[in-house]
Amino acid sequence: MKRLKEFLFQLLILILLALLLAGWVKLSAWGAGIVVILLALWLALTRTGRQTVAITHIGLSTLPQRLGISSVIVIGIAGVVGVLVAMLAMSEGFKRTLEPSGSEEAGIILRGGSRVEVNSVITRDQAALISALPGIARDAENRGQVSAEMSQIVTLLNQSDGLESNAQIRGVGEQGWTIRPNIQLTAGRKFEPGKRELVVGEAAQGQFQGLALGSVLELSNQDWTIVGSFKAGNAHDSELWADATTLAAAYNRQSFQSVTVRLAGAEGLAQLKVALDDDPRLKLDVETTRNYYVKQSEGLSNLISVLGTVIGGIMAIGAVFGALNTMYAAVAGRAREIGTMRALGFKGLPVVVAVMLETMLLAAIGGLLGAFLAWLIFNGYSVSTLSENFSQVVFQFHVSPGLLWPGMKWALAIGLIGGSFPAIRAARMQITEALRSV
Amino acid sequence: MKYLHLVWASLLRSKIRTVLTMLSVMTAFLLFGMLDSVRIAFNSGSEVAGANRMVVSSRLSITQSLPYSLLTQIESLPNVEKVSYASWFGGVFKDNRQFFANFSIGPGYLDLYPEYEMSAEDRARFEADRTGAIVGASLAKRYNLKVGDVIPLQATIFPQKGSNNWPMKLAGIFEIKDEKRKAEENQLMFHWKYFDEANDFLKNRVGWIIVKLDSPDAAMSASKAIDGLSENSDHETRTQTEQAFNQAFAKQFADIGLIVTAIMGAVFFTLMLLTGSTMTQAVRERIPELAVLKTIGFSDRTVMVLVLIESCLIVLIGCCLGMALASAMMPGLSANSGGMIQLPSVPTETWLVGIALSLVIGVAVGLAPALRALRLNIVDALAGR
Repeated sequence: MKRLKEFLFQLLILILLALLLAGWVKLSAWGAGIVVILLALWLALTRTGRQTVAITHIGLSTLPQRLGISSVIVIGIAGVVGVLVAMLAMSEGFKRTLEPSGSEEAGIILRGGSRVEVNSVITRDQAALISALPGIARDAENRGQVSAEMSQIVTLLNQSDGLESNAQIRGVGEQGWTIRPNIQLTAGRKFEPGKRELVVGEAAQGQFQGLALGSVLELSNQDWTIVGSFKAGNAHDSELWADATTLAAAYNRQSFQSVTVRLAGAEGLAQLKVALDDDPRLKLDVETTRNYYVKQSEGLSNLISVLGTVIGGIMAIGAVFGALNTMYAAVAGRAREIGTMRALGFKGLPVVVAVMLETMLLAAIGGLLGAFLAWLIFNGYSVSTLSENFSQVVFQFHVSPGLLWPGMKWALAIGLIGGSFPAIRAARMQITEALRSV
Repeated sequence: MKYLHLVWASLLRSKIRTVLTMLSVMTAFLLFGMLDSVRIAFNSGSEVAGANRMVVSSRLSITQSLPYSLLTQIESLPNVEKVSYASWFGGVFKDNRQFFANFSIGPGYLDLYPEYEMSAEDRARFEADRTGAIVGASLAKRYNLKVGDVIPLQATIFPQKGSNNWPMKLAGIFEIKDEKRKAEENQLMFHWKYFDEANDFLKNRVGWIIVKLDSPDAAMSASKAIDGLSENSDHETRTQTEQAFNQAFAKQFADIGLIVTAIMGAVFFTLMLLTGSTMTQAVRERIPELAVLKTIGFSDRTVMVLVLIESCLIVLIGCCLGMALASAMMPGLSANSGGMIQLPSVPTETWLVGIALSLVIGVAVGLAPALRALRLNIVDALAGR
């Protein structure tokens, strides 16, 4: 009977803990703020609250004596939060590089069924037809603002390890620059149509060898001069730009791969879609460039987030065991002290809350430390990966303040579980036995 | 060995502590087992058995194709035993955009890959059917494909007569025995002849050429000779061993090795701190007991070794539990990775590294408490000083 009662009690605690945890996961930063304020009010205004403060104070003042074992909680949680924040920062960084590459005001036209530029083909005839379609913005001379583009993948050597990797050369039309107003020339000049000249993105310059201003690159047995560099703050930074017609001639290509257009107002996209559907010669799809790049970033950034959560989750389980171990030891070490307080008339609840508060405090320190370390080591760290376009995209880890919250949430959740069982054990100790223990 | 029960007794002294420590060691090695398996799965292409296969591809870029005429020229070179070719297709299944490798292959391609095992009937059926295709066992299982099914392949690059539909009939299913290369079972192959005749863009072009040499020693000279054929033309080639080709490709995605090392570094650092502090505490509690052991005649060294064995045992048991759990979870992980990872279990290599690591960690965390036990002075210890 006694065993059954004990079992039911433990089960009840487990269920309560699961409920608490589920609530905690749903909680926003604002909700957490309210919880903290309520807790502070309880501590300051009620009698049990003030008892809790007293016990917590005693616990914290003995903390320096248990520095070694307490650091297990701090460092264990710092490890979990560090890895989690770093992975989320990687996913965030990839998104922040790809998504701004597109805009709502520009559309990209690809062959029907193609997801990415490398897979698409648009013939010269089709390109000529497109520029006259409705829905496309016109410039002062009433020409459609379109840029028929080709993308050529070339093999270049990495700066970092000298290995070969894929770079993307984008051949753009005359209007390619005006359709993407956020691209700014940082050095040199734009290429001249008809000449074998390249303008390179700054990220590409950092990634590949031989892209310094003025140097000559051999492509398809011809010499191409690098005459300028640009910065866009997005995926275009990893590209090399050239005149589409010249590039097509160099690679013996008869067709384009995509047409990027400036859309005429809010209705532009819909008009253009209808126009494309109506013309049987144009079996093409159009979408905003924003959409196009969002789709490209989704796969990888989701994969990294999921991976980070799974790895972080497994590490968190390990850290919970570590925290349990530490707090059990702490409670056992302070058995006599806790017994004395209970004998003086302190209630059980303040003991529970005090042990939990101590664990949560250590956990919070660990969480902050982990997030700080992730920021220190990884913020702005440049990496590259193969994009869906089969070429390298350079992006940076982005440790934003927004990532601190999930990190802290994890840290405090670990603290919550790690502190609860030892806290309950402390409160249920037989006073006489506790007083007798060494 | 005869002291094992002593070590066991000290492990059971504080059951909660031992169990919790083992569980945290277990989670660390669970992570290690899974991450290292993924790393091996990604790098497996670099350990292909038949080292005397070479890949000839365009030097300009991976998407550039080569003229078919190059083939006969390569065939006539010395040391070249067999030549075949393939062309990337890049199709997807209807209503399902999940990636899997699919390409067209020339005659004799399968002879160059004897590790792709297939029954003689399937092979004959494939050779006889112009629009036949073969798939790996994993892919067949994933999409529930049976021999005789019509595969609704959709082109993303190469339409035929303006349409993206490329229906094919499944002629055979191949298997790969090597566990590390199960990922290659996620491929679909069909006849290059069908591809060449039916597609709207490419005629008489091949994507890459596979060359089998009569001896691996000829790799250097053969690759020079092959690349010499196309020098200064518009289709310059680069010839590499299959390992080098695969490795360069995998590296472009991400340096998986580096990521795994970084994460595991953080995990093991934390783990050592945790088990280290547990062991220190365990020994501190037992000082009087250790002194008694010394009093009844155990030598200083034996006492030290006992402590070391205890710490190694905790980590080792945790390690084995974690790796076993990882092995149990791998099939589920493979099934949910959309074909990225195909591992039926944790490779032997990872097991060995894991066990070696656990022993190193066990010694490292046990060393300080063990030395303390070694230097223990009986009189002081018994007096509680």
